[in-house]
Amino acid sequence: MSFLRSRFVQAVLVLVIAFVVLRFGIQPPAPWSVLTLYMSIVLLAVLVFVSSDSDSWREFVRPIRATLISPDKRRARLGLLIALPLLFGYYAYTQAAAKPQAPPELRAVHPAPPASMPFRGKEIQITGLDNPLRKDQATFKKHVAAGAEIYIRNCLYCHGDNLDGKGHFAYGFNPPPANFQDPGTIAMLQEAYLFWRIAKGGPGLPKESTPWNSVMPAWEDRLTEGQIWQVIVYLYDATGQQPRRWEESH
Amino acid sequence: MRECHAVRRGAWAALAVVALLMMLPTLPALAQDAAREPAYRAFPLIGSRLAVWAVAQLHLNFAAFILGVPIFAVIIEIIGWRTGDARYDWLSHEFVKLTFAAFSTTALLGAFLLFLFVGYYPKFWTYMTSIFFPTYWIYALLFFAETFTVYVWYYGWDWLSGPRKGIHVALGVLSNLFGTAILLVANSWVTFMISPAGIDESGALKGSVWAAINNFTWMPINIHRLIANIVFGGTIAAAYAAFRFLGAKTDEERARYDWMGYIGNFVALSAFIVLPFAGYYLGREIYAFNQTMGITMMGGFMSWLWIIQAILIGVLFIGSNYYLWLGMERIPGSERYRRYVPMMIGILALGFMVWATPRSMVITLDEARAMGGTHHPVLGFLGVMSAKNTAVNMMILTTFVSFVLYRRANRISIKPWVGIGMVVQWAALGLAAAVVVFYGVYGYFVESLVRIGFSVYQVLAVLASIVIVMAIDIPMFRGARSTGTIRWGTIAPRSQYVLILLAVTFTWLMGLMGFARSGIRQHWHVYGVMRDNSVDAVTPAIGYAANMITTVTIVFFALVMFMFWLGGLSEKGKAGESGHASTPVFAGGSDADPTESGRGRSRAGGSEASSAGESRGGRSPLLP
Repeated sequence: MSFLRSRFVQAVLVLVIAFVVLRFGIQPPAPWSVLTLYMSIVLLAVLVFVSSDSDSWREFVRPIRATLISPDKRRARLGLLIALPLLFGYYAYTQAAAKPQAPPELRAVHPAPPASMPFRGKEIQITGLDNPLRKDQATFKKHVAAGAEIYIRNCLYCHGDNLDGKGHFAYGFNPPPANFQDPGTIAMLQEAYLFWRIAKGGPGLPKESTPWNSVMPAWEDRLTEGQIWQVIVYLYDATGQQPRRWEESH
Repeated sequence: MRECHAVRRGAWAALAVVALLMMLPTLPALAQDAAREPAYRAFPLIGSRLAVWAVAQLHLNFAAFILGVPIFAVIIEIIGWRTGDARYDWLSHEFVKLTFAAFSTTALLGAFLLFLFVGYYPKFWTYMTSIFFPTYWIYALLFFAETFTVYVWYYGWDWLSGPRKGIHVALGVLSNLFGTAILLVANSWVTFMISPAGIDESGALKGSVWAAINNFTWMPINIHRLIANIVFGGTIAAAYAAFRFLGAKTDEERARYDWMGYIGNFVALSAFIVLPFAGYYLGREIYAFNQTMGITMMGGFMSWLWIIQAILIGVLFIGSNYYLWLGMERIPGSERYRRYVPMMIGILALGFMVWATPRSMVITLDEARAMGGTHHPVLGFLGVMSAKNTAVNMMILTTFVSFVLYRRANRISIKPWVGIGMVVQWAALGLAAAVVVFYGVYGYFVESLVRIGFSVYQVLAVLASIVIVMAIDIPMFRGARSTGTIRWGTIAPRSQYVLILLAVTFTWLMGLMGFARSGIRQHWHVYGVMRDNSVDAVTPAIGYAANMITTVTIVFFALVMFMFWLGGLSEKGKAGESGHASTPVFAGGSDADPTESGRGRSRAGGSEASSAGESRGGRSPLLP
């Protein structure tokens, strides 16, 4: 086990262990783009560590240097001379070859809403807008129940009965429907934002960061203003999330 | 010869200032003419936007440098004055010399930028003039005052030494006040474009110009830019030292520039530690000003820009720590702290990974199906601010620990209360880490606005621990037993490439953040008031912007390298005379004449507080 004391072997082991943990320890598997990013950081950290003092660096470089120049490492050198170009060639092939599926896309996190929007002939100011149904606590539960009914009639098929984005049709869409249980979705947004997204749907998304490819219908043609607010209070109530409040202007 | 170069540079700067002043009275006339002229003209070949972008970025790079460096140069001069250590006086002069070389270039680029606005965006410039005309005079006068003060500060270094050193330091402070005032005025124009205020619905000024100046993002950007300028100045000065170190012919020269590089990096690192807090404050204020703008910046089409930013800042953190660890090799007694390096690199790497984890990932359809959406059910938790704030605070704490270990590397405290002191220090650091992690996790269980407020507690915990640790560390190691003198100049050469890498990375980062600040206005010259109707009204994609920023960064460094070369050229053939005074001696510079040290010190007008060749003698409590 003396070879384990070699700095070079230690560095390679750390890289291998990190890869195994990141590749198989995270379920569902991390996308390759993220795995590549993580492994690049691990590689950087390992190189920084082994070169952070001269003794360590000399020890790390010694086997590499020996493989490159030592006469008794001729076979290993020859093997590397054949294996490395083949590996790089294979990697280049995997990157360049056409694949049956669409290439990965860079997606924005949230589309930016406009400051105001037209809704059934009137202009609604989104900035600073609060849900009017929250003002009257006495009727709040009634609105939540009404919102639940609207959700089950219209939204459940895509967003799912658990509001987790796993509805009946979800697997047919790319991007998949939003998962409201995720703390990174509705919990980060004001209710006015949800109103805009529900009212305008995919067709009302902004021009930047396209293509959005969203199949979300524009519900302003089917739901009234009050019904949209009702379904919004249901979403927050059912998931236990709190809507983002507007910050006070200084 | 050196004087001749300096005078020539000075003449260029003075000419540029005079040109700017002479243009001021013509501005209203130009504005009237502009009303009859087309709104835009096309700059040949590359178009007006690229021309303005390139010149503005270059101008800002140089301006940040000449405003940032004097801030710490005067602090270093004060330290040298009060401790009587000639090294600090020499170093301060060396820093100001660098600034001086960049002064005229900044002024010329500023004038060029003004010509571009007046010539190619006449309507826009007319509008800005209608709001800010009174500030143009203030700006020009401040620039003149700063130029004059810096000139006297630089050329009067020997003249105002000895008993008159106080006057000299006051000049340095004054030039910084003028410089900061210039920054505040220029920031008012830029921030008005992002968050206009003090105007009516037609865009005309309602009352005093102060309302337009004191707009929503003005103060956050003032704070952010001021700190960032210090970081930038520190990294460029450190890169200059690295450049000189790598080209050094003697051990003494190598020792001197090793020390200079270390101080430059120390200054950059000290300011860099608080920079993320200032950036977060700015981002929060932008979000509070306008939700659309905030979402465009953080979650919309600019969201990927923050992943690039995370990678660059991760490189800065790891690079800074790496430099400190490499530097410990030249400190006898530092071996006992090497065992902490694996733990520190582990925390930094983990923090880097968390910070760089995107919220919406680049995924194939198969991966999206396996994940059940565009957000990963596990890693998705790392894509939100709770995780990222925790990561960056832990990285800041780790970097601070690196610095503390470096600081005490060759010293053993002889105070009887050292045990208790150490326990309190580690407890403060541990408690800060616990607070950071606690609020990071708790942030997932509270509403959004409360979670945002948690970041304040995290920041306060980190800053409090830094203050407590330093408040104990300084008295605890005062008069400590030394385990050996720092062998300046013996650091591994790769450390110098790290300093250059830090400077390039930070410059690149500045360009990127400048694009974010400007790009969030999208198709508006002045957000919500004056639309961009030019052919360039489209906001460029990040890839395009990255290419542009990279090109300008390369041009900037080409110019900086030229200045570094000029800096070395003026000293050629003048061995032992690099600047106003004889250079002091550093431990490790074996071929230095020890008598030089005393001579340098007497020039600074200080006492004989440190022994010749002893780099720790007469040390400042602030600088290592």
